[in-house]
Amino acid sequence: MIPEVGHYALILALCVAVVQGTLPIYGAAVGNSSLMAVAKPAARGQFLLVLLAFCCLGYAFADKDFSVLYVAATSNSQLPLHYRLAAIWGAHEGSLLLWMFILSIWMVAVSFFSTHLPEAMRARILGVMGLVSVGFLLFMLTVSNPFERLIPAALDGRDLNPLLQDPGMVIHPPMLYMGYVGFSVAFSFAIAALLGGTLDAAWARWSRPWTTVAWCFMTVGVAMGSGWAYYELGWGGWWFWDPVENASFMPWLAGTALMHSLAVTDKRGGFKAWSVLLAIMAFSLSLLGTFLVRSGVLTSVHAFATDPKRGLFILIFLAVVIGGSLVLYAWRAPRVGLGGSFALISREGMLLANNVLLVAALGSVLLGTLYPLFLDALDLGKISVGPPYFDTVFLPLMTPAIFLMGIGPLAQWKQASLPALAIRLRWAFGVSLATAVAVPWLMGQWTPLISLGLLLAFWILATILVDLRERLLQAESGSVGGRLATLPRAYWGMVVAHAGVALFIVGVTMVKGFEVEQDVRMNVGETATLGGYTFRFDGTEQVNGPNYVAARGTFHVSQDGREVTVMYPEKRRYFVQNQTMTEAAISPGLLRDLYVSLGEPLEGGAWSVRLYHKPFIDWIWGGCLVMASGGILAVSDRRYRLAWRRKEAAVPATAQMARPTVS
Amino acid sequence: MNRFLIPFGLFIVVVGFLAVGLTLNPRELPSPLVGKAAPEFSLQQLHDPEKVISSNDLKGKVWLLNFWASWCGGCKEEHPVLIRIAQSGEVPIYGMDYKDQRSEALAWLKDWGNPYQIVAVDEPGRVGINYGVYGVPETYVIDKAGVIRYKQIGPIREDILEKKILPLVRELQKQ
Repeated sequence: MIPEVGHYALILALCVAVVQGTLPIYGAAVGNSSLMAVAKPAARGQFLLVLLAFCCLGYAFADKDFSVLYVAATSNSQLPLHYRLAAIWGAHEGSLLLWMFILSIWMVAVSFFSTHLPEAMRARILGVMGLVSVGFLLFMLTVSNPFERLIPAALDGRDLNPLLQDPGMVIHPPMLYMGYVGFSVAFSFAIAALLGGTLDAAWARWSRPWTTVAWCFMTVGVAMGSGWAYYELGWGGWWFWDPVENASFMPWLAGTALMHSLAVTDKRGGFKAWSVLLAIMAFSLSLLGTFLVRSGVLTSVHAFATDPKRGLFILIFLAVVIGGSLVLYAWRAPRVGLGGSFALISREGMLLANNVLLVAALGSVLLGTLYPLFLDALDLGKISVGPPYFDTVFLPLMTPAIFLMGIGPLAQWKQASLPALAIRLRWAFGVSLATAVAVPWLMGQWTPLISLGLLLAFWILATILVDLRERLLQAESGSVGGRLATLPRAYWGMVVAHAGVALFIVGVTMVKGFEVEQDVRMNVGETATLGGYTFRFDGTEQVNGPNYVAARGTFHVSQDGREVTVMYPEKRRYFVQNQTMTEAAISPGLLRDLYVSLGEPLEGGAWSVRLYHKPFIDWIWGGCLVMASGGILAVSDRRYRLAWRRKEAAVPATAQMARPTVS
Repeated sequence: MNRFLIPFGLFIVVVGFLAVGLTLNPRELPSPLVGKAAPEFSLQQLHDPEKVISSNDLKGKVWLLNFWASWCGGCKEEHPVLIRIAQSGEVPIYGMDYKDQRSEALAWLKDWGNPYQIVAVDEPGRVGINYGVYGVPETYVIDKAGVIRYKQIGPIREDILEKKILPLVRELQKQ
């Protein structure tokens, strides 16, 4: 009964979505405010219906209802409750429902936080989101129904893929989807602006917080995916340039470019058409990611079980949504007009260069991801594109982008003087160069790449300090703390996010440059030394989990004779799918991770063991979290809070515009 | 022609390719080679560049040919399975180091263990093209007469090993 309720709720949601996607947009076109007013209640009603469907599927999992095909395929009676609930998004159908659920959360959020928008704008935005959800609901109801029955019911389920039975599974997909789907808001703002023909600075100001929030989720989501791969796959790597990783990375790059471009549109009225195009791109790439994962056109460890009908549906959907938006763009954008002119050396110029580099990076990731497909389709042979390609193209594109990241915030709008910038930044450059050369040398291993990485990181930090100092000197007298507090939060957000990039670069550089690993055969009681730490293997014992049995090793780790920690890596065998999983043991630290993973059992209780010493690796994810918190800080800026509170009539934020805000 | 149409034009091209892509299956395609003679090769050995390894030397026994590379994530995934096969001694594995650098390949094998009898170096990827390699890892089961009998695209998982590869190898060895 309950699954049928869920199914029915989805059908109703589709009906509501059709209404939401048509009436308000038509109303906005003809100026009928009662039709426009349909948008808000429709969005909220749709949310409740999708929530109901989501809860029904959750109930079917909690209740172990193996007469539902999807539940039988992705869970098992022995699977613990939290993983049964996470299994809602453990495969294709349910993850679509999660996608839909998150889309409806964003719609409700827009319906609540849009009181300051003109009625027609809000109607169009919610209308466009309604159209997107029509597509997804149709997709689910036609070829990917999560509530499909299995008659007769299975005695027990086939279990969730053991790789996914991990705390990361509970939180990573929702986070990532919040980001993916969050770009649909910026997209809808852009389409609404194109439809209405009012593409101005106000549009950019309204879009900015939504874009930034989606970007924050995306940043955390991608970072968590990478962290998960690091500890779950047992290979010690953190990024593999897998097609599906790329699928999440591309919208992130587009979103990053969009945030910066919107800043120019907001402050200077420039880059309007470009910002719209980026907003369309960010969401299009999210959709493309969905297509790549679910259609089976590329091979990837992440790919869902595939079905040609599904691939065709998403492709048509993709063509309609993206193709339609781009046609609309080609039709409307030429009339938008250009913003204020600016010199090449100016903050606009730097942001433009930043955008070009980010989009070029995006293009090369896209090319690398789709290249095997292109060649295959043209019958030119089959090739694989791996990290050698991505590493080669990515570094030269990112190096100048990050160099500009240091200069941009210090340059004036419209026109800046290069010699003056050089004088202001000479100390920052000198200090970061000296440190970047000295540090690896002091650490005992100097390579150009380590120095380059550190140079970029120190450069970001040094330029932030220069900028802060100049701002302090400019501010009126008062205590240092007081003067710092007068700087707007949007500015602090930028500072924190950029510092996060620096931390990230430090992490990547140090891990690439200084990690050590060892693959050793260890007898019980034997020791191995790595990176100054001594690992003593005290044998394995059998441990029984709820749905697996594990061999758990014990390693006592000591440094200079003092015991540091005890680590328990496991080798698990999951019963239902009869798969072996390696659970690495990680002792995290600010300056290093120790990573132990069990290989294969050898004779006499000995094991082959992999040991890693990874300096600064947690800075990679820490840096991402810092970036995301910078985004949150920027969104909490006063001007947005004021904007939420004010009604439409009082909108223009000129009072705040007078203050020196940057971001 | 207005420049704002350029994004749309590019997108149409991508959609065209994606549509063609839907009709292809990256996991299964190169099956035409199954049942045919394995393409011959004669390549430098990884551990001893002075020597060559030739497919003709391997006639008369059943063997596995595993394409891998030190930059390949999936190869690490299947590596424990390969080690197990090597330890069991049931069937010899010959490695094909695909589009890789010698020093890195050697370091990789040193760190993770070497399941291969001999590793051939296919740095330009020519042999890979002859075999229709889509991506690494890929593994071929080749019989005593030098005919490809099975192709595994992507990492060998334990269930595939137990259910497909080992039974096939045993049967071929009896012939």
